[in-house]
Amino acid sequence: MKRRTLLASGAGAAIAATLGFPVRAQDGPLKVGFIYVGPVGDGGWTYQHDQGRLAVVEAFGGAVETIFQETVPEGADAERAITQMCLAGCKLIFTTSFGYMDPTINVAAQFPDVKFEHATGYKVADNVSTYDARFYEGRAVIGTIAGRMTKSNKIGYIASFPIPEVIQGINSSFAHARKVNPAVEMTVIWVLTWFDPAKEADAAKAMIEQGIDVILQHTDSTAPHAAAAEAGNVFTFGQASDMSAFAPSPRISAIIDNWAPYYVSRVQAVIDGTWVSERNWGGMAEGEVVIGEISDAVPAEVKAEALAMVDAITAGTYHPFTGPMNKQDGTVFLADGEVATDEQLTGMTFYLEGMIGDYPT
Amino acid sequence: MDLSAISPILLLAAMISAATPILLAAIGELVVEKAGVLNLGVEGMMITGAICGFITAVATGSPWIGFVGAAAGGAGLALLFGFCTQVLLSNQVATGLALTLFGLGLSSLLGQNYQGIRAPEVTDLHIPLLRDIPVLGPVLFQHDAIVYLGIGVCAGVWGFLRYSRAGLVLRAVGENHDAAHALGYKVRRVRLLAILFGGACAGVGGAYLSIILVPQWTVGVTAGAGWIALAIVVFASWRPGWLLIGAYLFGGVGALQLRMQGAGVPIPAELLSMAPYLVTIISLVILSAGRGGAARAAPGSLGRIFHASR
Repeated sequence: MKRRTLLASGAGAAIAATLGFPVRAQDGPLKVGFIYVGPVGDGGWTYQHDQGRLAVVEAFGGAVETIFQETVPEGADAERAITQMCLAGCKLIFTTSFGYMDPTINVAAQFPDVKFEHATGYKVADNVSTYDARFYEGRAVIGTIAGRMTKSNKIGYIASFPIPEVIQGINSSFAHARKVNPAVEMTVIWVLTWFDPAKEADAAKAMIEQGIDVILQHTDSTAPHAAAAEAGNVFTFGQASDMSAFAPSPRISAIIDNWAPYYVSRVQAVIDGTWVSERNWGGMAEGEVVIGEISDAVPAEVKAEALAMVDAITAGTYHPFTGPMNKQDGTVFLADGEVATDEQLTGMTFYLEGMIGDYPT
Repeated sequence: MDLSAISPILLLAAMISAATPILLAAIGELVVEKAGVLNLGVEGMMITGAICGFITAVATGSPWIGFVGAAAGGAGLALLFGFCTQVLLSNQVATGLALTLFGLGLSSLLGQNYQGIRAPEVTDLHIPLLRDIPVLGPVLFQHDAIVYLGIGVCAGVWGFLRYSRAGLVLRAVGENHDAAHALGYKVRRVRLLAILFGGACAGVGGAYLSIILVPQWTVGVTAGAGWIALAIVVFASWRPGWLLIGAYLFGGVGALQLRMQGAGVPIPAELLSMAPYLVTIISLVILSAGRGGAARAAPGSLGRIFHASR
């Protein structure tokens, strides 16, 4: 019953549109919806998506109206939340977590005149695009800084889950630390969680006890920074968000997700009528991956080197995965001068040569 | 693989501080369950204590006043549980679960403006003379006061339950509330006091995470520690001494597995991750098996609703 009314109202809106009756979107401002997986104040993932929404508000002013719903569980309830946004008159909806993939596709089939944007997924439709960011570009830069900053030649990496995105980050930072400092060794500790402050802090402490003096993380809390601050002479990098509370030391830089340019360009495309379904994977060039301020604890020449790499990646003259690169078992991954394809990156399930140990499968 | 990179002294010291939040929450819950009440809201009381303690510590600049605030916050939430289960006679399991959900939500609401703030620093005690003993000094005598409070509370509860008249009354209420009532003991009053004590302990345990271990406020900072505390109470057969061993074993194996990963021990990370749970459960089950198992050790009236008319 509900489903039928819903379909009918969708069809009604479509008929009204073709007959030239005033339909909300045509007259008033363009309505854009955002579905968030966490609270806006999480200081990490969702916070950064909401910053993107605020950028849209600032860029378009009265021409766009945004609505959002936070802490929407991934799964069946997401479908209800997305449908509600469609019925509220949204013509463009961003669903900002991997778990919204199927709900987004299902709702999109019922509302062909609404455009959808799904973050980090792999399913598309005529009115559904996907988008993700090339975080490995940022990891190449902080890997370079890490290789220069370590005195013990031991770098630690607190890893979450063994998925390609995380392994790309480990390989990218390790390869670039090795490049500037061939004596570097990297220790990876898998905490198998995105977020567990006590466990992250303990992993950082375990690393510090073993003589590691630069810690990278792919988990969301600032607990490792606090552990490093307590130990002294240990450096860390902010993750997802700037984490500047721990600057200038131990946090010497950060890798930041910045969705603002992407959101603004997609809203513009809908207004212009040029929106088409795409798979977007932007990086530094698109402004989606940003390196946070490099603090004064980093020597000027290292800072200059890092910024030069940011410029080269942004300009497209340097790709962090450029051969020669070997896999951990010694077989060739990339020949001299060869650049990794996106398929090779999204299917990355191996460590590079020189890494010690194995990752959980 | 380089096992020499793991320093046994630092490992044992890390074990003791990692175990403290679980130990505090578990010893509080032990008293509650000994009084015949099953409070599944430990996680909720812990995280409420974590944020209340953090707010108080930041506001006053003193971590110690913060811990008092944490105890008050945990006890406050426990009072709600006590009111529902002892006065309104609601189902203890359902109420406890609701308390956990409520505590998680309440803490993220209270903590909205406290993210990214650093807690006032806590200095370790470094007990004079004792701290200079080789090996034992750094392991046992260079911690903050809350670590010793945890051990002290554990010893205190053991003595209280075993040797004091009030402890005997509490156990009587937990074993058979009708008989205790017939003897003229105030079943509800005893239970409410036990629930408040359990809440205060859980609150302090939570605040140990947010003020000392992590140390900052983030939503969901306890990440399941309360459930582990609950499990340890059962596996320790409601005995304070075994509970101490269980908590230290859990903290110790947890600290060891991260260090083993760091040292490159060729054991899959998933196996190492589950090691703390496996080792703790197996050891405590073996320990308690000799006396007829955990089932017989459970207080007789555990989880049952008491009404004077029956």
